[in-house]
Amino acid sequence: MKLVIAVIRPEKLTEVLEALYRLDVQGFTVCRVQGHGGEGERVETYRGTTVKMELSDKVRLEIGVSDAFVERTVKAVLRSAHTGEVGDGKIFVVPLEQVYRIRTGEEDRAAVTPVGVNPHLETV
Amino acid sequence: MNAADTVWMLIATALVLLMTPALAFFYGGLVRSKNALNTMMMSLVSLGCVGVAWFLLGYTLAFGPGTTLFGDLSSVLLRGVGLENAAGTAIPKLLFMGYQGTFAIITAALISGAVVERMRFLAYAAFITLWSLVVYSTVAHWVWGGGWLARMGALDFAGGTVVHITAATAALVAAVLIGPRKDYARQAVLPHNVPFAILGAGLLWFGWFGFNGGSALAVNGQAVTAFVNTLMAPAATLLVWIGLDLARSGKATAVGGATGIVVGLVAITPAAGFVSPISALAIGALAAVPSHFAILYRSRTRLDDSLDVVAAHGLGGIMGALLTGLFAQKAWGSPVNGLLFGNPRQLLIQAVAVLATIGFTAIATYALLKLVAAFAALRATSAEQGQGLDFSQHGEEAYASGDGALLLLSETLPVDPVVFVPSKGGAH
Repeated sequence: MKLVIAVIRPEKLTEVLEALYRLDVQGFTVCRVQGHGGEGERVETYRGTTVKMELSDKVRLEIGVSDAFVERTVKAVLRSAHTGEVGDGKIFVVPLEQVYRIRTGEEDRAAVTPVGVNPHLETV
Repeated sequence: MNAADTVWMLIATALVLLMTPALAFFYGGLVRSKNALNTMMMSLVSLGCVGVAWFLLGYTLAFGPGTTLFGDLSSVLLRGVGLENAAGTAIPKLLFMGYQGTFAIITAALISGAVVERMRFLAYAAFITLWSLVVYSTVAHWVWGGGWLARMGALDFAGGTVVHITAATAALVAAVLIGPRKDYARQAVLPHNVPFAILGAGLLWFGWFGFNGGSALAVNGQAVTAFVNTLMAPAATLLVWIGLDLARSGKATAVGGATGIVVGLVAITPAAGFVSPISALAIGALAAVPSHFAILYRSRTRLDDSLDVVAAHGLGGIMGALLTGLFAQKAWGSPVNGLLFGNPRQLLIQAVAVLATIGFTAIATYALLKLVAAFAALRATSAEQGQGLDFSQHGEEAYASGDGALLLLSETLPVDPVVFVPSKGGAH
C-alpha cells in the first residue's frame, strides 16, 4: 500500500477528482494549503505596501491506495492536474504501513478498497 | 430655486450614487473569491470613468436640445450649467446634471454582471466609457431629452428602457461576443459570499428610493407615489419569487430572495410615478414570473450571462415598460391612461419604445466592442482566469492573509532602521 500525496493547483481540483472517480478511486482527504515551489514572483500592492507573495494557494490530496492502484492514480493526477506552467505541483508516493477503516475495523487492503468492491479481485 | 425640492434632490442624488457600490456588493458576492475584487472594481470604476465622461460630454449629448435623435454640444464641459433652474423644475441645473450623472454611472456598471470573471479590466473600462456616451446618452435623449420616444408619448418614469433595457441588451451582446468563462458548464461556479449579495440588494433598494422618488425632480404628490410604489412593488416580487422557489424545490433560497428584490425594483422603475400603489403591487408580482423562469432556463444554455443581467434587468425592464402601458393612470400622475383605463394605444407605444431601444443598443454595443477589441484583448487568458482576475488585473487579493509574504522596500526610500530587512543568502 502507498500513500499518494498530490499538491495541485486549486483550480484543477475538479478535473483531478473527476479523473480519480473514473478510476474508482473514491477515498481521499483534501485540504487547502499554501506552498512555495518555483513559481514566478507574485508582487501585490496594497496602498503603499508592496509585497512579494511567497506562498501560493494549493490543494493537497492524500490518497491511500493498494499497490495495484498506485500507478493508475499517479498517472491520473499527472494528466488531470497538468497545465505546463510552473506551479502545477508535486506528487509524493510514500509507503503506508497500516490502514484501518474505523467503521468496521477492517485492515489494510480491505480498508482502502471502496465499499462494494471485492478487495481480493485484481482489477488491472 | 425651491428649497424643499432642492434638498430632496440633493439627498436623492446621494442615494442613487450609493447604488453603484451597492451593485458592487451584489455582484461581488455572487462570484468566486478569486474574482471578488475585480467584479467589485467593475462597478466602482464606473464612478470614475463614466462619471467624468458624463460631466465633460455625456450630459450635453443627452440633454442638449439637438434633434429628436441626438443631443448637441451646447453644454460641453458643462458650459452654461449653473445655479439657474433646470427647465420645467425648481432645482438648479447643476444639481439636475449631477443627479442624471448618477444614473449614467449605475447603468454602465450593470453591464458588468454579464462579463465577470473573464473580461479584461482596462478593455471593460474603455468600453463602458464609450458606451455611456454613445448608447446611454442617446437613449436618455430619446426619452428624457425631448427626443422622438418622448414625442411619441412613451412612458418611462425613472429609466426602465433608458437604464435597464439598454444595460441588459448590452450585457447580452457582450456575453455572446466575449464568450463564456473557461469553467462555465464544466465545473460548479458558486457565489463566494451570499451575505454580500443580500447586503447589496438591500442597499440597492435603499438607493432606489432616490432613483424613483427623485425622478419627479420635486417634492410633490408624484414623488410620494413613486417612493411608496418603490416600497411596495419589490415586496410583492420577493413574495412571488419565494413562492416560485418553494414550488420548485421546497426551499426559499437567499440568492433567489436578493434577485427577486432587484427584479421588483427594475419592474417598477418605468411605472413608479404613473400607477396606483395597488397597480405597483400587481406589477411587482407579475414581473417575478418571466425573470424567475428565465434564470432557470439560461443556466442550461451556452449563454454565460454570468449574473443574469438579461433575465433580471432585461425581462424585468420589458415587463415594467409594458405593464406601465397597462396600468398607467392619469389619476396617479401619468400624462395619459394605460390600456386598463381605456387607452390601448399606450401599450403599443411602450412596445415600440422597447424594440427601438433593444435594436439601437444591440447594434451600437456590437460596434463599440469591436472597436475596443481592435486595440486591446477583451478576454482574459485561461491561465489568468484560473489564477483569478483579482491578481491578474489588479495585483491584489480580496482575502490575502499576507502570511509568508516578503515586504519589498523601495530603493528610493531611506531604510528605516527599525524595519526588518530579510537577510540575503545564508544556509538553508
